[in-house]
Amino acid sequence: MKLPFAISLDIGSGRANHTGSWRVERPVYVDRLPPCNNACPAGENIQGWLYDAESGNYEAAWRKLVEENPLPGIMGRVCFHPCESACNRVQVDEAVGINAVERFLGDLALEKGWTLPKPGPDTGKRILVVGAGPAGLSATYHLRRLGHRVRLVDSASHLGGMMRYGIPAYRLPRAVLDAEIARIVAMGVDIQLDHVVHDVEQERHDGMFDAVFLAVGAQLGKRVDIPAGDSSRVIDAVKFLHQVADEDPPLLGRRVVIYGGGDTAFDTARTARRLGATDAVIVYRRNRERMGASGEEFEQALGEGVTVRWLSTIKKFDGDRILLEKMKLNGEGFPEPTGEFEELDADSLVLAVGQDTDLSLLDHAHDVTVRDGSVEVLDSMMASPSGIFAGGDAIPAQRTATVAVGHGKRAAHGIDNFVMGSDSVPKVRNRLASFEQLNTWYYADAPRTERPELERIRRQTNFEEVVGGLSEDNALFEARRCMSCGNCFECDNCFGVCPDNAVIKLGGNMRYEFDYDFCKGCGICVKECPCGAIEMVPERN
Amino acid sequence: MTSQDVHFYQVGSFAVGNRLLEQEERTVQAQVDRTNSIDSGHRACQGCGEALGARYALDAAMRATNGQIVAVNATGCLEVFSTPYPETSWRIPWLHSLFGNAPAVATGVAAALRAKGIEDVRVVAQAGDGGTVDIGFGCLSGMFERNDDVLFICYDNEGYMNTGVQRSAATPPAARTATTKAVGAEPGNTFGQGKDLPRIAMAHNIPYVATATVADLHDLERKVERAMEFHGARYLHVLVPCPLGWGSASNETIHIARLAKESGLFPVFEAEDGVVRSVSPIRRRVPVEEYLKLQRRFAHLFGPHPRLDVIARIQSMADANIERYGLVSPESLEESS
Repeated sequence: MKLPFAISLDIGSGRANHTGSWRVERPVYVDRLPPCNNACPAGENIQGWLYDAESGNYEAAWRKLVEENPLPGIMGRVCFHPCESACNRVQVDEAVGINAVERFLGDLALEKGWTLPKPGPDTGKRILVVGAGPAGLSATYHLRRLGHRVRLVDSASHLGGMMRYGIPAYRLPRAVLDAEIARIVAMGVDIQLDHVVHDVEQERHDGMFDAVFLAVGAQLGKRVDIPAGDSSRVIDAVKFLHQVADEDPPLLGRRVVIYGGGDTAFDTARTARRLGATDAVIVYRRNRERMGASGEEFEQALGEGVTVRWLSTIKKFDGDRILLEKMKLNGEGFPEPTGEFEELDADSLVLAVGQDTDLSLLDHAHDVTVRDGSVEVLDSMMASPSGIFAGGDAIPAQRTATVAVGHGKRAAHGIDNFVMGSDSVPKVRNRLASFEQLNTWYYADAPRTERPELERIRRQTNFEEVVGGLSEDNALFEARRCMSCGNCFECDNCFGVCPDNAVIKLGGNMRYEFDYDFCKGCGICVKECPCGAIEMVPERN
Repeated sequence: MTSQDVHFYQVGSFAVGNRLLEQEERTVQAQVDRTNSIDSGHRACQGCGEALGARYALDAAMRATNGQIVAVNATGCLEVFSTPYPETSWRIPWLHSLFGNAPAVATGVAAALRAKGIEDVRVVAQAGDGGTVDIGFGCLSGMFERNDDVLFICYDNEGYMNTGVQRSAATPPAARTATTKAVGAEPGNTFGQGKDLPRIAMAHNIPYVATATVADLHDLERKVERAMEFHGARYLHVLVPCPLGWGSASNETIHIARLAKESGLFPVFEAEDGVVRSVSPIRRRVPVEEYLKLQRRFAHLFGPHPRLDVIARIQSMADANIERYGLVSPESLEESS
């Protein structure tokens, strides 16, 4: 049919007009490093596993978690969670309760019997791991996944190191500890307990090991010189906690004084209260701001009737009375004596003034450098080019279980490179996701869910766990508070707010793509992205 | 143990979509198969609020009517940038006649459909603020008075932007336009003039009147769907920031619309039969400066010699809105004082 002009043309779609040519900057999707991941000493992909937990896919979340850390049930109890201090949500309301969700996942995995990934194909390499604490267990796990054979030796009669012999059961129930260790053992590990390594070179030679990982911990309680009468009961905290763990607690009497201001001092005081001490008094030479113990531990201890004498040192202990000298902090924050004294009744004194590492097993390892009682290591945790690696409390670092787990992982990869003769470089880390890159308008207001605490009265007399777990509802709620900093969580905002329909939704966890034929580069998607996962870059000519 | 409501979604209440929501609970704009009533390739400026608002509103109307709408468009930016002959960016039945007669044309379309016995096809008319509050006002008032079965949507960018940013009766006081220069003792547009079309529409006692912004998609879509539940004349007034005319950065369009609402300058509410039924309360209240300083059309109020007196007058307009519509709950007023 012949049509008159003006209706003879096909309907022309405006899509012929490629408005993308107007653009001088283009939006691109990016993944940034969430501050929680950045702060985690164990290198966990926290934002990643929270993302799975948000949709109730707890097994996927747990699997992502144990990619990096095989001990979530333990970490969910004893970790000092630097992730939460770094959490961007602090600037909105309160940090996401990451530690509580981690514990929920860890406990659920034990309940459901989820197993760790299978060991990698056998490489034929043999690795000696000395010390079965968090560093040694973590290294063992990662080495097994890489296909190396592991002999794990420990001087104690049970696996766990300081997690068993340093952390009291009311903070870390032995059932959880045992179960998470058993899961690693089930990957096939040659275990030797009650075995003290006197000479690491000899041990390595005898067993024909390709590499060694030293994770011997800091087992020696430091002593301070305090004049004490013959009848005085003085013990160091490491020995005390070890004996309690062995169910052979020493008798301390009713009035126990603990000297020190770290977590070990508080663990000791709280344990003493549970063993029947009426008075558990911590004596610390600095003030509260400078104490080493975590705030949570401090608050819980006070709630259990532990008292603290700040700015005091112990001058003398004569068996039932301690002489204290009052201190003051000088301009640099160091305590100085004041010459004022007071007395304190005490049946026993426990020293929690720090721990040293017994490194005598390195006496014949001449290419290992020991400085100030710690082993010097490279980034790969290598202590000697001959293949000795070290981690945990034996090297200069913060002495926590989480840091040790991170050391174990790094050492495992360092050892893998060493024994396989490869030199894979560590993954390039994404740029940090800062609070300023977020658009927090889009996050609903939601306060944090606190874990229930055992009634104080109950926890003074037994070793039942003090901090309870989250219910599933609460864990889900808490996971959903995550703002997913710097990583797309498919909220559809970019897809919705584009005035030019230039965002293509791929669906099914595939996120989005820009249609640069039509994107004019206005930047609304960047501005309105809640989590800062888009950025503008100048257009190339 | 205390328990929290599990049905809490990370961003479910504010963002466009959320993977954790059921499909039917997500917005129209979150759907891969949304209509895209106005397609890519239109010639609107970077960051155009009107192009965005039109897609939001018409896509929602398409869902509400199972795809059975006819749109009538007045002359204006929206018409010019979407239909340069012989192209069109519209993916819905769409008519354009003149600048001033869109309400009358829509009335005619509705009458024709009724005459043909077609009941499931609904009519939406749309115009900018010029075509609504000035040039099309007589036709619109007649359409309201006759209670014709049309949803009329005004995309308010507060001026004649397409022809070079002249003042309209929707231009706010003190704003600089091509016809209200920022000179003299009272720079920019005068105070005390202009028309508040939503309230004028309410005074016609039509079934449904609502305001919305491009900053709250959930609210906008809900209002379009609600409007389509009525027959008779309905009016929806959508604030759509204009980067060109307002002198704002192209990426600020939604942010500025949000500040207009959060400052109280643009009250977001809905009314049925001439009575206000609900308001969108202010969530994070801001002083009007936060809104004004992002726009060059108000630049003469800031700088080395700021016009604090003018800013205070604008603030008092916002405060009057907050009082009139109850945009801040009494409890939160106490908290902030």
